[in-house]
Amino acid sequence: MKAKLTILALIIMSGVALAAPLKFDFKDPKGINNAGFKLDAPLESINGSASGVYGTVTFDPENPGATKGKITVSTASLIVPNPMQNKHMLSDKWLDAATHPTIVFESKEFKNVQTTGDTTTADVTGTFALKGVSKELTVPVKLTYLKDKLAERVPNQKGDLLVIRSNFTIKRSDFNINPGQFEDKVSDAIEITLSIAGASSK
Amino acid sequence: MKRTLRIIALVLIVGAIAFWAAAGANRGWTKTRVPKKVVDEVTGLEGVQWQDRFVPGVDFLGAALLGAGILAGISIFVPAQSK
Repeated sequence: MKAKLTILALIIMSGVALAAPLKFDFKDPKGINNAGFKLDAPLESINGSASGVYGTVTFDPENPGATKGKITVSTASLIVPNPMQNKHMLSDKWLDAATHPTIVFESKEFKNVQTTGDTTTADVTGTFALKGVSKELTVPVKLTYLKDKLAERVPNQKGDLLVIRSNFTIKRSDFNINPGQFEDKVSDAIEITLSIAGASSK
Repeated sequence: MKRTLRIIALVLIVGAIAFWAAAGANRGWTKTRVPKKVVDEVTGLEGVQWQDRFVPGVDFLGAALLGAGILAGISIFVPAQSK
């Protein structure tokens, strides 16, 4: 009887373990993860990217709609090709990287979840925090779950990968970044492209 | 001296335009780094690697034009060399 109970407990525990959501770490050892940004003003177009992306996302392959997570971008890692523009962008006149060192998106809810094979698309509602202002945003995301692919990306590490792609637009005026000023050179709309991969080691 | 200053001004303009054109005729601001796209084969993600490279822009041309203008302006006030 005792042996049967032990076996039953083991079966239940293994089932729980299989169903448990996976935690993915988005600190990328290969340095590919990035958040691109584009400002297309009438007189000037500014293109740049940020490489300091990190955070964690909890993803359940059996229930992608329950995904939760927080992705952070280091403000100081934002780069544009012109050194003077870069200095201005990070200064207290614009992003004030010294006072606001991070840009954060924290998900709250997944809606319109559609899964085909390893790919899930959804509209994610969450809190976007930039320059000390937090706003609720809903952004489209595409999640691709790559089971047992971590070893192909990072040698000697077994596990899964989760790729997140998202394109969305914010307004700098919503985040108190010189609202209504210099819009002929620095557009109010900022197009953001997020391309990141996270790893869940086994 | 007068002639030398004007020749230097001309060389400065022509040289700056030639360098700007040879470097890709960038109509934006001068860049000191350029993005290079890299693709991760496993995930298919497209990343950006920044490479240090000087790409002159319109501000570079403007500075060259200003420099040439100053030299040409000075040359006006330089007395012609007597033979």
